[in-house]
Amino acid sequence: MLDVRQVSAGYDGLQILWEVAIHVDAGEIVALMGPNGSGKSTLMNSVSGLIRIWSGEILFEGRRIDALPPHAMIGMGVAHVLERHRLFPDMTVLENLMLGCGPHARKQSIAQGLEQAYALFPLLKERRTQIAGSLSGGEQQMCAIARGLMSSPRLLLIDEPFIGLSPHMRSAVAKAIRAINRDGVSVLLIEQNVAEALSLSQRAYILREGRIVLGGRSEDLKVGQTVERIFMAREDVPSGLDIVSS
Amino acid sequence: MAALLGILLVLPMALSDRPFELRMMVVIFLYAMLGHGWNILGGYAGQISVGHGLFFGLGAYTSTMLSLKLGLNPWFGMAAGGAAAAAAGVLVGIPCFRLKGHYFVIATLVVAESAFQLFAAWDWVGGAMGLQLPVQEQGLLNLQFHRNKVPYYYIALGMLAAVTALVWWLERSRFGYILRALRDDEEAARSLGFSPALYKLLAMALSAGIVGVGGVFFAQYVLFIDPFSVLALSFSVVIALIPILGGAGTVAGPMLGAIVLVPISEYSRVLFSGTGRNVDLLIYGFLIMLISVYRPDGLAGLFRARRERRAYVSG
Repeated sequence: MLDVRQVSAGYDGLQILWEVAIHVDAGEIVALMGPNGSGKSTLMNSVSGLIRIWSGEILFEGRRIDALPPHAMIGMGVAHVLERHRLFPDMTVLENLMLGCGPHARKQSIAQGLEQAYALFPLLKERRTQIAGSLSGGEQQMCAIARGLMSSPRLLLIDEPFIGLSPHMRSAVAKAIRAINRDGVSVLLIEQNVAEALSLSQRAYILREGRIVLGGRSEDLKVGQTVERIFMAREDVPSGLDIVSS
Repeated sequence: MAALLGILLVLPMALSDRPFELRMMVVIFLYAMLGHGWNILGGYAGQISVGHGLFFGLGAYTSTMLSLKLGLNPWFGMAAGGAAAAAAGVLVGIPCFRLKGHYFVIATLVVAESAFQLFAAWDWVGGAMGLQLPVQEQGLLNLQFHRNKVPYYYIALGMLAAVTALVWWLERSRFGYILRALRDDEEAARSLGFSPALYKLLAMALSAGIVGVGGVFFAQYVLFIDPFSVLALSFSVVIALIPILGGAGTVAGPMLGAIVLVPISEYSRVLFSGTGRNVDLLIYGFLIMLISVYRPDGLAGLFRARRERRAYVSG
């Protein structure tokens, strides 16, 4: 579904990503892990068109998308939930959700999107007239995910959905992401917490210093502390483990 | 609201033999309309321009030149002036929107000042001497009234009412939400598929177009324009100060700002006459300082705060 091939990218002459390759298949939840500054968000921004890549190519459902701006990506069925939810704090929950429909929304698709969002997060329906800035951290994250779903994407990119949330809220958000996935939406998410990411995803990648150092099925990666060691101690990838495969 | 409109509709009867006050009301309506125009770009979309005098001047010059060179009717001139200003807004916006924050503000200032210098040196449009509109038979068709100036009052009031309705609608429309989203968090708006460049240009076109139409009205009202009266930098500053003082990003803001600022400017002109040029700006500056310390959201915020407090007490 999503195929990122040998992508290099960065900001203002500072290269962040070095020939990164990942892929997401239809129906999957894929986690992107790695320490701060490893390039996770840069990779996600490259996919959603927020930044232009320097080289390589990105394909979505077989079509080149790496030169497309974000509004074209929304139309193609890719939505991006930015880090720290980035709601419009002075607008109501409903107004925030309406803005998630993209620039070419029709009345019918807006109503349909709202229905789906409320079914997934009944709490947002109760709070729809409330100012978004007055919601709790977890509620704001849910609202941001719901806003991302308003354009009926087939691939949802979520940047650190669990950051700063209470354990209770974490499990609620994780449950929602699973429910979204069950409805047929593929998910690529960034998460720093290895256990959380591996239990939620089917596959995972680890980025370090702008390069993919490990990738594979999440249940394989769970075995032992390999992932944590690579993550924390900058240890080299052991030869026994598959690099960027499956 | 209806009562206020009713009072405004019958007010000219009391003012018909008081030209100073009548003129002041016309200027209040005009400036409130200019403030509305600025507010669409500066208040709702968050792009602070101190160059909107350029669009006012372009509107005034377009209709005046069309009348002088081609003998075209001022109502056509109004449409052409608004369109020319909107087009200029887009042309200015394309490079300037690449700049953010203070740099955008400075760019608008530089563009407006360049236009002032250009028009002051350009003989074909009258240079520094300005342009005199030929006196024609008075009436609505020619948009000229000589003995009795009351029709100007109603035309200005009508234009203000129309623009107020437009902004009121805009605030509730999807387009208005997109502009506010862009102002509050440009990257988030971009990630949701709203091209900042496109929506800023649309806001600029609308904003500049309204101010341009105001310029045409001014030219028809005064029947004489020169760069100093329609393109001066201090005028650009006034267009921005009115909604900022009244409350940027609110429907009431530009009107409140004009009600406070125009009388200050008119009376200071009487009090200090020629020696007191720009004394009004001095007072404006002082008011802006007071407002930004005590009520950063403008005069409109004053009313809102009181209403909220009352709601709190009664609840």
